[in-house]
Formats: sequence, C-alpha cells, structure tokens
Amino acid sequence: MSVNESKAAEIVNSEKFKKLVSKRVNFSISLTVLMLSVYFGFILVIAFSKELLSVKIGEHLTIGIPIGIGMILFAWILTGVYTQWANKTYDKSVRELRNQILQK
Amino acid sequence: MENFQSTLGQVNIASIIIFFLFVGITLAITYWAAKKTKTTSEFYAADRSISGFQNGLALAGDYMSAASFLGIAGMVALKGYDGLIYSIGFLVGWPLVMFLIAEPLRNLGKFTFADVVAFRLQQKPVRIASSFGSLMTIVFYLIAQMVGAGALITVLFGLPYEVAVIIVGIVMVSYVLFGGMLATTWVQIIKAILLLGGATILVVMTLSHFDMNPIKLINAAAQKYSAAVLSPGGFVTNPWDAISLGIALILGTAGLPHILMRFFTVPDAKQARKSVFIATGFIGYFYILTFAIGFGAMVLVGQDLISSFDKGGNMAALLLAESVGGNLFIGFIAAVAFATILAVVAGLTLSGASTLSHDLYVNVIKKGKSDEKGEVKVARISTLVIGVLAIVLGLVFKGQNVAFMVGLAFAIAASANFPSLILSILWKKFTTKGAVASIVTGAGLAIILIFLSPTVWVEIFHNPEAIFPLKNPALISMTASFIVGIVVSLISPEPEAQSKFEDEKLRTYLGIGAE
Repeated sequence: MSVNESKAAEIVNSEKFKKLVSKRVNFSISLTVLMLSVYFGFILVIAFSKELLSVKIGEHLTIGIPIGIGMILFAWILTGVYTQWANKTYDKSVRELRNQILQK
Repeated sequence: MENFQSTLGQVNIASIIIFFLFVGITLAITYWAAKKTKTTSEFYAADRSISGFQNGLALAGDYMSAASFLGIAGMVALKGYDGLIYSIGFLVGWPLVMFLIAEPLRNLGKFTFADVVAFRLQQKPVRIASSFGSLMTIVFYLIAQMVGAGALITVLFGLPYEVAVIIVGIVMVSYVLFGGMLATTWVQIIKAILLLGGATILVVMTLSHFDMNPIKLINAAAQKYSAAVLSPGGFVTNPWDAISLGIALILGTAGLPHILMRFFTVPDAKQARKSVFIATGFIGYFYILTFAIGFGAMVLVGQDLISSFDKGGNMAALLLAESVGGNLFIGFIAAVAFATILAVVAGLTLSGASTLSHDLYVNVIKKGKSDEKGEVKVARISTLVIGVLAIVLGLVFKGQNVAFMVGLAFAIAASANFPSLILSILWKKFTTKGAVASIVTGAGLAIILIFLSPTVWVEIFHNPEAIFPLKNPALISMTASFIVGIVVSLISPEPEAQSKFEDEKLRTYLGIGAE
C-alpha cells in the first residue's frame, strides 16, 4: 500500500478529519479531567474531612472501604468506556479516512 | 495460629526448587527468543508481534514490583486503610496512559518515547535531553530494585547480599542480551501470571478462615485492633504532600520509559489501547488482593510479629503465606517475589539499553545513519553496560535507605518525561529549545528538591529541618517543567516544527506511516 499524497493533503485540511481529531482530543481530555477530579477529590476529602469516610455501614465496615475499592474499579471502568468508544466510533472514521488515503 | 514459629530467613528447599524452575523455564524461553532476535525491531520491540492481551499482562508484570506486592500488603497490615489510599495512587495513572499517551505514542514512535518527543524537532538536542530524563528515571528505579532485591533475597533464601545482587544481575542480563524484547515480554507475562495466581490463592486460603466472607475478615481486624484500621489514618496529614505524591505517581506512570517502551511491541494503536485496558484490570485486581492480604496478615499473623521481622511490614505477605499454607506455600510466594524482581529489572535494563543505543548512539553520534547489524550489536553492548552498572550500584548502595529513590524516579518521570511527551503530541508551537528547557528544568528540580526535602534532608542526612517542605517534589518540578517548556517555546518559535505538526496528525490519529 502506498500513500496517495494529494489525497492525504486534502484530508489533513478536511473538516471531517479536523472534527475527528478535535472529538478525540476533547474526549480524552474530558476523561482525564474526570479521573483526576475524582482522585484528587478523594484525597481532599481524606485531608479535610476524613470522618466522612469513617461512617459505618455495617457492624465495623466503614463506607471508606467500598469507596476505596470503588476508586480502583472506577479507574478500570473508565479505560473500558474509552476502549468501547474508540473501538465503535473512532476506529470507524479512522478506517474510512485511511482507505481514502492508502492505495491498494 | 498467633504464635507460630516462622521459618523465614532459613533455607527453604521448596522455594529454591520453584525459583530454579522459573529461571530454567525463562532461560529456555530466552534461548527460543534468541533465534528470533536479529534485527533492531526484533531486539527492541519483539518485531511488533505481541498481542494486546499479552502486552496487557506484560505491562502488569512490568509494573507490579516486589515493592508494591510486599510493601503495600505490609502497609495495610500495619496501618490498615492508609495502605489502600497509597495503592490507589499507583493505579490512577493508567487511565491517563490510555487517554493521552498510548495511541499517539504507538503511531509516532519507533522504539523509545524520545522518538515521539523528537519527531518534528531537532534530533540531537532533544534526544540528548530526553535520554537524560530517561536514564535518570531508570537508574534511580533500578537502584531501588537492586538494593531491595539483595535485601529481600537475603531474608528469603539466607543468601549473602552480594551473591543475591550478582545473581539477579546475571539472570536479567541473560534475558535481555540474548532474547531482547521477546524474552523480556515472556518473562513479564509468566511473572504476572505467577504473581496474580499466587496472590489469588493466598487470598482464598486466608478467606477460608473467615467462611469466605471478606466482611468477616474486616470485622476480625477491627475487633483485634481497633475500628481505626478501617478509616483513613495519618497518611494524608498535609494535603500538599498528598497532592504532590499523587501527581508523581499518576503522571510518573505515564512517563516511565520501560512502560512506554512496551507500546512499541504491539502491531497497532488499537492493540495498544486494548493492552492498557487489560493491564489496568489486572493491576487493579492485584491491589484489591494486596488489601485483603494486608488485613489477613494483620489478623492471622499479628502486627507485633510482622514488625519484629521488618519495621516497614515488608514480610507481612510472606508470613501470612506461611501461616495459612505452611512451608511449601511460603516457598512458592518467596520464589514469586524473586521472579517479580527479575521481570522488573529486565524491563528497566532493556529500556536503558535502548536509550543508550537507539537515542544516543544511533540518533546523536551516528546522526541516524546506522546499519541494522551495527545497531543490534551496540544495543547488546549497552545491555551489558546497564547490567554491570545495576550490579555495581546495587553493591555500592548496600544497606542504604533507598526507598526515596522510587518516589524520585516517579517524580523525574512526571516532571521531565511526561511534560515533553504530552506537549509534543498536543501542542503545535512546541519547539526544540522548549523541549530541552522543559526536560532539564523538570529533572533538575526533581533531583535538587528531593535532596532538600524531609525525605532526604531530614530522614537520611539527619538535619533538624527540611529546606524544601514537600516530601515529593513533583507538584513544583512538574509545574515548573510545563511553564518553562511553554514560555521558552513561545519566545523561540520554530516555524519548521509548526509546519510539520499538521502532517504529523495523519500519523498520530490515523496511524498512516506508523512503524
């Protein structure tokens, strides 16, 4: 496969490609901000009002334990959300644009 | 159960047999891999033949060090909930690796992350600066691992420290020297399976004492000690300290050269993405296991006995293994801990060797013109250099307090490697001078500030008061690195680099022209 140079130049400047890039960058940065806010929010709760995490929800069990384990699960779920989005939405547009640029 | 006699520190036949089995199998794999390791792409990147799932396991194997297995379980055993807070910081960097780094890195780079930073900038200055950041990260991480390995093996197998360090050095160099990335990857995969499997069995055996109910384990811990073990304790007293450490762990994960290098082993960006999903899942699962292991050790072994072996609690997981599974099981877990160290140092060595040979020798000294055979030879010599350096540093730092070096490695990765990498991917106006200034500022400040911090200035040099207040410098050094990188780029525009940025996008986002 070789690159069709004129097509490549056309696509780089196309609205469709620019939209795709900004969609990808915006989605990535939104998820990054979400992850960082949740994590540093958790740290600030511990720093300023840790008694919130000591609230009992069982005989001895505190709410801090499911929240802490939830943090781990949340981080993993976010990677799953991104993977799903990229596999379903992003990759489709990537394939279309690639096929236009690459000549068989 | 409480007063069982531990055999820790005595020669354990089971552990020696399992360890030799591991070394034997991995060396056999190395022999197989050596036949497939002739070109540069094979040596540095396993010829991009690793699947997303395999790479996910290998990433987990590269990242889950003996320090996190033994250290975090020990911290939970002695301090309870605080250990969980600490472990979460190590996981949160992974989603960022996926969102910001993995795919552009795979598409733009060839063998090292410096390929990406230098992509549209002037090769020579950027490569030299990136190599400096890379090598600083690797050397500090390597010292911490080697010293930890020597000390751990002395306790586990009753071997002298020096012998332990030399064995670790020789075995890891054999993997990398002969088998390159392919052998290193399989060592990491096998280690990840052993560690995850071993930790799972340990948790199941522990829970069998509590009717398989984790809540009962937690209740037992609260009854035996106090309800305080289930709540945040003294880990986050100064919020600025916690934020700075968080930044180092999170952005540092996204700037560790040996982790970043693994993304060049998969065929494309899609597999790179998948490998982070797999790695994050396994690493998260592993931290949940260490949390249960810590509480198990707290209840079944007891805090007094754990601290009598090691003040930091590092022996908690091993003592628990002996308490629930006897001599054979502690032997198994000890061998797994040894294997863990080998896999991590092999990854670090390969990454250091690639920086020396690919970034410095080929792209700086030879100006990018080098034949395949010559480069593989230089890569192998570099492996020997890093291996010998690791052994020497391991011996030099014997008995020293090197725990701060892991924090320092993460701080440098977060302050030198991450800012330059992310700016080069996302920011059109980033320039050669900006990159160099950003890396030098980040690495330099991280090193200077940690020596003036309570971690080194007070705890190691025994001064009464620290000159720099934070225990980890990342908050300041990372921020300074970004500011300097941006300001210097703005006052020294590089039109050539800017014009390449648009074309680079086809490669970054569509993978056109990717290696």
